[in-house]
Amino acid sequence: MGAYLLGRLAGLVPVLIGLSLIVFLIMALIPGDPALAILGPYATPESLARVRAELGLDRSLPVQYAAWLGHVLAGDLGRSHSLNRPVLDEVGERFAATLVLAGAALVLAALIGLLVGIVAAVRQGGTADRLATLAVLVGISMPSFWLGLLLILLVSVRWRLLPVSGMYAITGGEDLSDLLAHLVLPAVTLAVVAAGVIARLTRSAMLEVLRQDFVRTARAKGVPERRIIVAHALKAALVTVIPVIGIQAGFVLGGAVYVETVFQWPGIGRMLVNAIATRDVLLVQGGVLVVATAYVLFNLAADLLQRLLDPRIGA
Amino acid sequence: MIPLRSAFAGLLTAAWLTGAVAAPVPDDVLVVGQTAEPASLDPAVSTATNDARILVNLYEGLVRYRSGTLEVEPALAESWTVSEDGRRYTFRLREGVRFHDGTPFDAEAVRFHFGRLLDRDHPAARTGPFPLAFLFRVVERVEAPDPRTVRFVLREPHAPFLSNLAYPTGLIVSPKAVMERGGAFARAPVGTGPFRFAGWQSSRKVTLERNPDYWGEAAKPRLVIFRPLTDPNTRATEMLAGGVDVMAEMPPDALALFRDRPGFAVREQVGPHLWFLILNTQAGPLRDPRVRQAVNYAIDKQALAAHVLQGTAVPAHGLIAPAFAWAYDPSQRGYPHDPQRARRLLREAGAEGATLRFLVAEGGSGMLDPVAMGTAIQADLAAVGLTARIATYEWNAYLARVNRGLGEDADMAEMAWMTNDPDMLPSLALRSDARPGQGGFNAGGYANPDLDRLLAEARRTGDQARRADLYRQAEALVVADAPIAFVAHWKQSAVTTAAVRGLTLEPSFFLRLSGVTKR
Repeated sequence: MGAYLLGRLAGLVPVLIGLSLIVFLIMALIPGDPALAILGPYATPESLARVRAELGLDRSLPVQYAAWLGHVLAGDLGRSHSLNRPVLDEVGERFAATLVLAGAALVLAALIGLLVGIVAAVRQGGTADRLATLAVLVGISMPSFWLGLLLILLVSVRWRLLPVSGMYAITGGEDLSDLLAHLVLPAVTLAVVAAGVIARLTRSAMLEVLRQDFVRTARAKGVPERRIIVAHALKAALVTVIPVIGIQAGFVLGGAVYVETVFQWPGIGRMLVNAIATRDVLLVQGGVLVVATAYVLFNLAADLLQRLLDPRIGA
Repeated sequence: MIPLRSAFAGLLTAAWLTGAVAAPVPDDVLVVGQTAEPASLDPAVSTATNDARILVNLYEGLVRYRSGTLEVEPALAESWTVSEDGRRYTFRLREGVRFHDGTPFDAEAVRFHFGRLLDRDHPAARTGPFPLAFLFRVVERVEAPDPRTVRFVLREPHAPFLSNLAYPTGLIVSPKAVMERGGAFARAPVGTGPFRFAGWQSSRKVTLERNPDYWGEAAKPRLVIFRPLTDPNTRATEMLAGGVDVMAEMPPDALALFRDRPGFAVREQVGPHLWFLILNTQAGPLRDPRVRQAVNYAIDKQALAAHVLQGTAVPAHGLIAPAFAWAYDPSQRGYPHDPQRARRLLREAGAEGATLRFLVAEGGSGMLDPVAMGTAIQADLAAVGLTARIATYEWNAYLARVNRGLGEDADMAEMAWMTNDPDMLPSLALRSDARPGQGGFNAGGYANPDLDRLLAEARRTGDQARRADLYRQAEALVVADAPIAFVAHWKQSAVTTAAVRGLTLEPSFFLRLSGVTKR
């Protein structure tokens, strides 16, 4: 297991280097550069040249990339020109906010998805199954930014139950209950699509397991139905479902951009969008590295969990 | 959906029980919504109007714009004199003013500020870049004969100088804080203004607190909190839910909603802004002035302002925005919408059915709604038989394309300028020396020696009435030659709750908050 873990973690290195190289090249290829973004409409050739020199953009691309990589290996992600602060500080804060949002959404999506999937499978063909299937279809089809706006209008503007946007109250607050109040709507919005996918998969995995011999044997032995579903069928179905939850973690991280925008959540998705618009290469690189690492780690965690559930894998 | 709903209801109840639902904002705290997070709170570095709204509350310059105008009045300088030849400006500084870090404001601080902007060997020169330093390029040196006297020696007479001092780039920073903090000063600013900096949480808020040692009248709000609300819908919903007191730049759709809603007030003010089309005077069909005039006649500016921009702009008839009250020429009617006349001009020029390659931006500072406007203009041109072929660019890519000049492969391009003096736009974008590649923005390649002469003379003229007359003459020339198509002046707007008192929208687009109260 230890060797497996080490191997997987070592595999992260080429992924990150390749990714950073691609991001670097794309940022170099798109028209406009950081100097132009800083100087804006008042850019003159002379001031552009000066700012490019100050930012080290007058060096060749391989030299720029090598310099960046060297600093990263020394633990320095550089300084964001658009924010005037170290990339590491900004990325750390913003990624923490995204983790809170995506984590809450993923837990919510897994709980709801499993529950709906199990109920639908157990009541296959019944009203509950049909309702669940419909709900899943609606959930998967609804654009998250639209759902978010709808929730804001109803819950926050009309009923005044929860704050419209942000992560903490503007004055006071800053404690856990404040965070929770701000978290509810964006987490629900972000969870809906993933919950639908997980529910759909849980349903089919459960249906497959429920038809298998060991379930029939358990029933014949008089094991209570509830125990059959939870202890036997669900455990077997989870082996299929858990990797999907891992993949959903990636989608939730990606989908967070829209939700962060609608709810003004100070997360890394919104940071990346702004960083691209201002051609803040170092900030884009830092953000992408962190998100990619998280994505790989999520999937690794899902794989490990799957191995624990099913000893046959990797044996 | 049942389990989802119950889970949601559960969470909702949990949040409700913890009593965490938005507490009302206290009366002495003012929350201001903005369209974006500030880029920098260092006035020497910043270029954005969005930043300026914060900066003018933290810092002061030697002079400032008198409320409601773009004319200067004393601020950190009590008085000043201008030498006979217009090259020496001597300021008498206010006594007993201190920066928020306790260091005294004096002539050396002024010298430091301009040295930092202009001198590449200055110890703080590397704390930039300073994109708007060119506003003061005419300064040859700054002298500080005694702590309360500062003298600017200009290379040549430059009438816009005083107005430039009132611009955010002229706001004076604490030398000690800049030297200590370097580039980090942009996120930990120190000035002399009625508010001092209290905190900046990335993409959440910038907080200012009342400066208890302010030399003038103390600020009324105890705290001012600026919130970046980048999503237009969220700006509207936050306002509706009571999460902000003042919202700058509400999207046009939402503005209509707040206009007739009790509990809110909408304030509007036409700014020193011009939205125009750069026309290529060097190549293609627009080389002929008659075709350029036809383009001007073809555009239905009234409809653009009223419908596409939903009343958030007014039609532009000339070069000088009405916000420059002292130089504005109300008799300048420019090009009213007249498709008949446009067609006739095109016929005379033999340019019927010509195709125009039209560069359109996707967004950008002061660009309003560039894609919708570009499309509407395309339709207006089609109505007089011109085919506009649109190429759309993301803002940064757009600037890179347009600022190098329209050249051979584009005929017209959208552009917008926000200025503080009527000199700036024609001098930087229409003067024949202001070519791209020579540090200028004359992307359409317009050249008119008469205009050059008028602008040079206006810069040398200290007398404002005489200057105004020269600008009106320059405007008349530009209108006749039509090197650009005049389209609109932006109307800034702010929505406030009905409780907000004492807020004036300034023609400078600054937002001075020290006199604002609630209820």
